[in-house]
Amino acid sequence: MALKIVKGSIDRMFDKNLQDLVRGIRNHKEDEAKYISTCIDEIKQELKQDNIAVKANAVCKLTYLQMLGYDVSWAAFNIVEVMSSSKFTYKRIGYLAASQCFHESTDVIMLTTNQIRKDLSSPNQYDTGVALTGLSCFVTPDLARDLANDIMTLMSHTKPYIRKKAVLIMYKVFLKYPESLRPAFPRLKEKLEDPDPGVQSAAVNVICELARRNPKNYLSLAPLFFKLMTSSTNNWVLIKIIKLFGALTPLEPRLGKKLIEPLTNLIHSTSAMSLLYECVNTVIAVLISLSSGMPNHSASIQLCVQKLRILIEDSDQNLKYLGLLAMSKILKTHPKSVQSHKDLILQCLDDKDESIRLRALDLLYGMVSKKNLMEIVKKLMLHVDKAEGTTYRDELLTKIIDICSQSNYQYITNFEWYISILVELTRLEGTRHGHLIASQMLDVAIRVKAIRIFAVAQMATLLDNAHLLTGNMQRNGICEVLYAAAWICGEFSEHLENPMQTLEAMLRPKVATLPGHIQAVYVQNAAKLFSTVLKSQEGSTEGTAAQETSQLMIDRLPLFVQSANLEVQERASCILQLVKYIQKLQQKEVEVAEEVSALFAGELNPVAPKAQKKVPVPEGLDLDAWINEPPSESESEDEQPKAIFAKEEPKHSRSRHTEVDEKELARRREARKQEQANNPFYIKASPSSQKVYQESPGVEHIPVVQIDLTVPLKVPGLPMSDQYLKLEEERRQKERADKKKKEKKKRKEKRSGRGRRHDSGPESEEDITPAHMVDIVTEEMPENALPSDDDDKDPNDPHKALDIDLDNLVESAGRRPLADSEKLPVRSHRAAKVAKSPVEDGDAENTPPSQEPKKKSSKEKREKKKDKDRDRKKSKEEKKKKKHKHEEKEEDLLGGEADEPVVQSEDTTEVVALPTSTNAEVSDLDFWLSNAPVPSNTQEAATVAATAEADSVPEATSGTAPDSDHDEPKNSELEETKSSKHKKKKQKKEKEEKEKKKKKKHHHHHRHHSDGGADESVQNGTVEDEEPLPPMSNYCLLAENSYIKMMMEDADEVCDIQGNLQDGSQVVVSVIFENKCDSLLKSMEFNVLDSLNSKLQRPEGSGPHDGFTVPFQLPPGVSNEARLVFTVQSIVMPQKMKGTLTFIVKNEDSSIHEKLDFKLHFTCTSYLITTPCYSDAFAKLLESGDLKCSSVRLEEVNMPFHHLLARICFHHHFSVVERIDSCASMYSRSIQGHHVCLLVKTSGQTVSIDAKCDEPTLLGNVLDEIKQTFSQC
Amino acid sequence: MIRAILIFNNHGKPRLSKFYEHYTEDTEQQIIRETFHLVSKRDENVCNFLEGGMLIGGSDYKLIYRHYATLYFVFCVDSSESELGILDLIQVFVETLDKCFENVCELDLIFHVDKVHNILAEMVMGGMVLETNMNEIIMQVDAQNKMEKSETFIFQSTRQDR
Repeated sequence: MALKIVKGSIDRMFDKNLQDLVRGIRNHKEDEAKYISTCIDEIKQELKQDNIAVKANAVCKLTYLQMLGYDVSWAAFNIVEVMSSSKFTYKRIGYLAASQCFHESTDVIMLTTNQIRKDLSSPNQYDTGVALTGLSCFVTPDLARDLANDIMTLMSHTKPYIRKKAVLIMYKVFLKYPESLRPAFPRLKEKLEDPDPGVQSAAVNVICELARRNPKNYLSLAPLFFKLMTSSTNNWVLIKIIKLFGALTPLEPRLGKKLIEPLTNLIHSTSAMSLLYECVNTVIAVLISLSSGMPNHSASIQLCVQKLRILIEDSDQNLKYLGLLAMSKILKTHPKSVQSHKDLILQCLDDKDESIRLRALDLLYGMVSKKNLMEIVKKLMLHVDKAEGTTYRDELLTKIIDICSQSNYQYITNFEWYISILVELTRLEGTRHGHLIASQMLDVAIRVKAIRIFAVAQMATLLDNAHLLTGNMQRNGICEVLYAAAWICGEFSEHLENPMQTLEAMLRPKVATLPGHIQAVYVQNAAKLFSTVLKSQEGSTEGTAAQETSQLMIDRLPLFVQSANLEVQERASCILQLVKYIQKLQQKEVEVAEEVSALFAGELNPVAPKAQKKVPVPEGLDLDAWINEPPSESESEDEQPKAIFAKEEPKHSRSRHTEVDEKELARRREARKQEQANNPFYIKASPSSQKVYQESPGVEHIPVVQIDLTVPLKVPGLPMSDQYLKLEEERRQKERADKKKKEKKKRKEKRSGRGRRHDSGPESEEDITPAHMVDIVTEEMPENALPSDDDDKDPNDPHKALDIDLDNLVESAGRRPLADSEKLPVRSHRAAKVAKSPVEDGDAENTPPSQEPKKKSSKEKREKKKDKDRDRKKSKEEKKKKKHKHEEKEEDLLGGEADEPVVQSEDTTEVVALPTSTNAEVSDLDFWLSNAPVPSNTQEAATVAATAEADSVPEATSGTAPDSDHDEPKNSELEETKSSKHKKKKQKKEKEEKEKKKKKKHHHHHRHHSDGGADESVQNGTVEDEEPLPPMSNYCLLAENSYIKMMMEDADEVCDIQGNLQDGSQVVVSVIFENKCDSLLKSMEFNVLDSLNSKLQRPEGSGPHDGFTVPFQLPPGVSNEARLVFTVQSIVMPQKMKGTLTFIVKNEDSSIHEKLDFKLHFTCTSYLITTPCYSDAFAKLLESGDLKCSSVRLEEVNMPFHHLLARICFHHHFSVVERIDSCASMYSRSIQGHHVCLLVKTSGQTVSIDAKCDEPTLLGNVLDEIKQTFSQC
Repeated sequence: MIRAILIFNNHGKPRLSKFYEHYTEDTEQQIIRETFHLVSKRDENVCNFLEGGMLIGGSDYKLIYRHYATLYFVFCVDSSESELGILDLIQVFVETLDKCFENVCELDLIFHVDKVHNILAEMVMGGMVLETNMNEIIMQVDAQNKMEKSETFIFQSTRQDR
């Protein structure tokens, strides 16, 4: 063995390594291919050896050869071998080779799954890193499915190096295996707030990529990104986020309004051009999404345009280019602001840089008007003549056509001019856009009736001079215009001056060299012309001329009958036979012209391209319904076809009217076949009819002369478009003069009149009258066509599969928790619970409580509106508060002194407060956004937003209790006129609010000058103390020891009110685990002793005593939240459950098993859900009489009444129904549907609470708990 | 997303090609050739963006390139990438190469294309930008090279590379 190794290494000494290979190739410049083929042979030898070093060296060389274009897929298996080497050096070589040449159809890829999995879990971070890098290049759907779970685990790896790679590769995994998106998304979202900036940036990157394709699913992340945007200093991240916002704003105009301010600030402050540019871009996107007209927006546009002008004027060509690019985006919505920079843009047209010229061209598109169209196009035509490169010239051509044809030829005043421009464009050599010109010609000729005479004349000239166009035809796309010319001349042949000449032109032998589809049109339209000619000839002279025409047709058509193109052949044969028949009739001196022209009678109307799709399905027609009974599945497949045939054959195979003939024919055919088979002289399958026709006289001897013209000649007789320009100028001048005269007259007449018209200064758009009265026929659409724009989505887009609703998932308590089928596949021998987040345990059929009575009187509605308004206001405050908190944190970070863990422990309130708000992020988004005023006239939008808000009232009250609730009662006092409400509210703001505002300002200020962090934050602390209500938290300490601290939110319930009670209602408990020591905590298992009444929902397949594995590890100082679902039978009594948390404390050298006991306390309060109730519904409830009554009295309560209410709302999940002075009614509802009503009265320090509930035990317990809450303070 | 990263010299010889989408070897060569033709005929003082490489992508894609001495560095990216950002990234890439090879020149890239790949892998992964901080990139590359060295070879080539 040892000998073998030594031998192997001695062999290696003589092997070429990569450098030798490269050097060798460089030394064999003359016979490179030969040299490389010998090298490949050597490599093949090397790959056969056992020594992995030799193999790796060979694979390394192959990677190089692959770059030179050699196929190395034959070595795929060897690459896998090298990949699986235990040495990092070789492994890296293997993975590099794999990433360069593996792809989805490489079959050895399936052998790599286990190797990659091994590498992913390797203790060496670089093994993992190399595997991730490689995998990112060749991941297949199978690999993605099999490894998704492993990669997901890596997203929480301790090393940021691995985390960022794992996060990034998830995007590739999602693309290949879309099912993984939902389960992985919560963790991905978590990574947006990773302490490591690299990981954060990777997460932003991935989400931006995802959101770019399906932005609407990521709208709910907007607040989070907003926060990142205002806090991040990494330009890369900022650019990504700002780009993302650009994609989101079209979906949510309110978001745009929010963005404008911070973006403008960035524009003013940043020195990075890249960031500035992206900001401008996004501001533009925002402005596009907003309805214009608001004054402050025009300022933003001005700012953007100004900044862009600076970019365009910059000497750096890159900035110039980008400036133009962004300018074209503004142009779409705010053409006026761009038009003022026309000079600059025309100047760019002369730039030496082609990219810049192209961009400038784009801009021109939006700058034309009736007034300047001809002038601009003239300029462009000059450029066309000058242009050297075909790409740029083609681009010019398409732009000219785009500019002229935009919005239904809106800017064209003279179509004769346009047709001549098109004809001039046909002189372009080697353009690829012949079909574009052709379709324009057709479109104009069909839709502008007045222009047909002119167009036909022009097209006839074109046809006459066809040889000029088809000079070197095969490479030349321009002959496409002949298609249009032929069709126009044929269809509108009645306008032709000399149809005979055109007919001859169309039947020239040279036509046969044109592409098939053009010949086909020639043939068909020759027939149309023929009918026109016949008509005129029969009318005037005696029959000979007409007969000559027929003879011409009969002479020329056989040329087309031989065409290799099927369609040409078919049409030609058809028409030839027809003409022959006509000739026969003519010889008998029968008048045929009338009948022939009947063949082509009637007008062809333009039909919109998508018309067919938009034909609405008639009522009562269900396209998905079976026409016949669907075949029953029990029937075996063999029987089916038989049955079908037996039934249908007689009906299908014959059409009724030809029944006899068909039979007869079939018989004859059979007989003939028999005869042919028996005839030895019969030649079967001869080279078809073509030969026969070739022998026909008069075709072959016609010489075909190829005229090869390399220099484009001027087509004689074509009017130059410039003449039109001149004419137009003159015409306009004349018109202007006329008008002036008229006006003068008028003025003379009306000198004393008051209706003084505006001065006839520079002519305005409306003053320019079209030269011809044109009637532009619009394209036909089916009646009641449905307008829809979804026609052009690529069904093959891989991102379509990623269009997955993620909102409900993230919030865990939402409507669509992960179903079992959505779990990521895990290897069977690994316990399935590892991947399980508590989310997955969530109940499947939870629906948000619907509480509103269905019918409401108008009065009630008004009430509701008020309520909504109140909510909106609440949300504002919540937002403010949140923002304030964020800023606080941000400052800590900016201060920079404190290291991460400390910051987190300082900010426990922050950490604790957040989960409550994530509870319903969708509605949260509305709260977040509703800061900007919702336009009151768009009622629909308002109601949508309002319903969303109504849903989220519970969160509002629990999350924002401190300031929102004490504000609320006051609002109810002044709910009189809607219009003045806002103002009044503002006036009535309390001092503390003002203070807050001040503080906010102060923060704002601070953000801009983030210099002196330390004392300022101290100051903040003192300000906080002055606030009347300390922040309330529903989280209470569950248990704590030197290692870990558990905080429990006393219960955050979700339930299904309509669901049957046997299923039990579920309570979700959020537990925050916080690592207090300096070592990693892992393998946490959370277990409780189930009682008869309450049970912990465990992952499927685990026994009743198994614990719940906490799906994360805790690095030092980090806290994380887990959600546990409990099933509760009876909710009338409070519950206590004992539990244990076991975990492993991992130090660098040792690991200790630890455990922590705790008691879970479910109060009755925790079974209540905040449910809003309207006063009349409340009254009805009280009147109904099936509620039991109870009351309680609280003594010595030293707090303002609104604080008291806020407390009840917050801690006991009630909502205020109505409040009058010192008396308030409150309502809540249990998860099993019990109504709980309170009437709270206060006098002095005594508070009395009268309560009603349909479950007396529950009521008693709730009241006890309320009493306890107030006895504590 | 970045769809491809190409490095070739003034004569169109490929020095590194990294495609983040699968193409056959022939198509790859064709793309390199086409890209070279597009890029090489441009003057020094024109903008560094090019639209419409026919073979790669389509209208959503742009070629963003920089020209250093004898080498062209070309990135083919879609519209989700910031144009100026990518230009900066190319700069970072070249500076990193310069640090790793100590005054990088075309020969370094010719003989050590594998090393260039390894450096690139620390910057861009699967078409997405992984890291833009040069120090971080160099740190990771050095750590891996150190590891490679520590894996003792029985036999090590002593020949000079150049």
